[in-house]
Amino acid sequence: MDLLAAVNISGQLGTIGYGLAAIGPGIGVGIVFAAYIQASARQPESAGFNRTWLIFGFAVVEALALFGLVLAFALQTGA
Amino acid sequence: MSVQPAPLAADFPPGTGDFDFTSLIPSLRGAEAGQAFTKISLMVWIAIALVIIFFLVAYRAPKLVPTKGQWLAESIYGFVRDGVAKEVIGREGLPFAPYLTSLFLFILVMNSFAIIPFFQISPNSHIAYPIILAVLSYVLFIVAGVRKQGFVRYFRVNLFMPGIPWPLYFLVTPIELISTFIMRPVTLAVRLFANMFAGHLMLLVFTLGGVAMLESANFFVKGLSVASFAMAIIMTFFEFMVVVLQAYVFTMLTASYIEGALAEQH
Repeated sequence: MDLLAAVNISGQLGTIGYGLAAIGPGIGVGIVFAAYIQASARQPESAGFNRTWLIFGFAVVEALALFGLVLAFALQTGA
Repeated sequence: MSVQPAPLAADFPPGTGDFDFTSLIPSLRGAEAGQAFTKISLMVWIAIALVIIFFLVAYRAPKLVPTKGQWLAESIYGFVRDGVAKEVIGREGLPFAPYLTSLFLFILVMNSFAIIPFFQISPNSHIAYPIILAVLSYVLFIVAGVRKQGFVRYFRVNLFMPGIPWPLYFLVTPIELISTFIMRPVTLAVRLFANMFAGHLMLLVFTLGGVAMLESANFFVKGLSVASFAMAIIMTFFEFMVVVLQAYVFTMLTASYIEGALAEQH
């Protein structure tokens, strides 16, 4: 905190924290959708079956980014 | 409908305070009990009434050739029964289809308030409502598992996975305990809450940002506020997608947890 005060940066660290928290899920959601597109391009008849698990995987991966968002608001200091 | 004050540039960086509403009963304004009836709780009552009345009216006089309302109700029920209950849980899922359908429709209506003019905030952006919904699903899948397999067997299958060497239980059992019985309801509630919260915040950023730019002294900044308002409209369409997707995800995860509880194997 001394360093931050020395270079005169003010604002919420939570914002940076959320940015960091969004990296992993961002990559993860990309992989989930890439795998779905690849699977249904190779085997178009499986697209309907895979869609359920696409949404499932997307929801599970996305949860981490949302945790980051909630914590960025919940752990605000001096708000 | 509560009277909404005109947005001001001073409101610009929107925060958590924008999610608080004063009581709709004037005499209770400011009192703690006043929080019992705000715009948010009014919307919840409307959502409950809508879902109940819709199904009652649609099925009051069922016909072999369905009327429009009956067709809509049957399509929604059919979608959840075949697309969620049967697909995720299997044949055993059919008894859960009515609950999953009401859950889906209720969350859908609650979420839709986020983009309906004059409501424009979803009750699900207050974490209390997603928590109750998640607790319902949590109790449901544990009770379903206990009734199917018996109390001891259900927890033994879930916590002490059969077929692995016993020293691994030191590692596996805590992980299973946290992921199945703690993280599941938490993620279920937080996912729905955070999506509606973030969606409302995003719409606020672009709308209030547009107002702030419009009130700016600089002519060019004033003109650029059009872009901010256009973005608010685009984000409203994006929000519509999130609304439907999150209702579906919540229903599907509930079904998937029930499936896991009913399964004989881990």
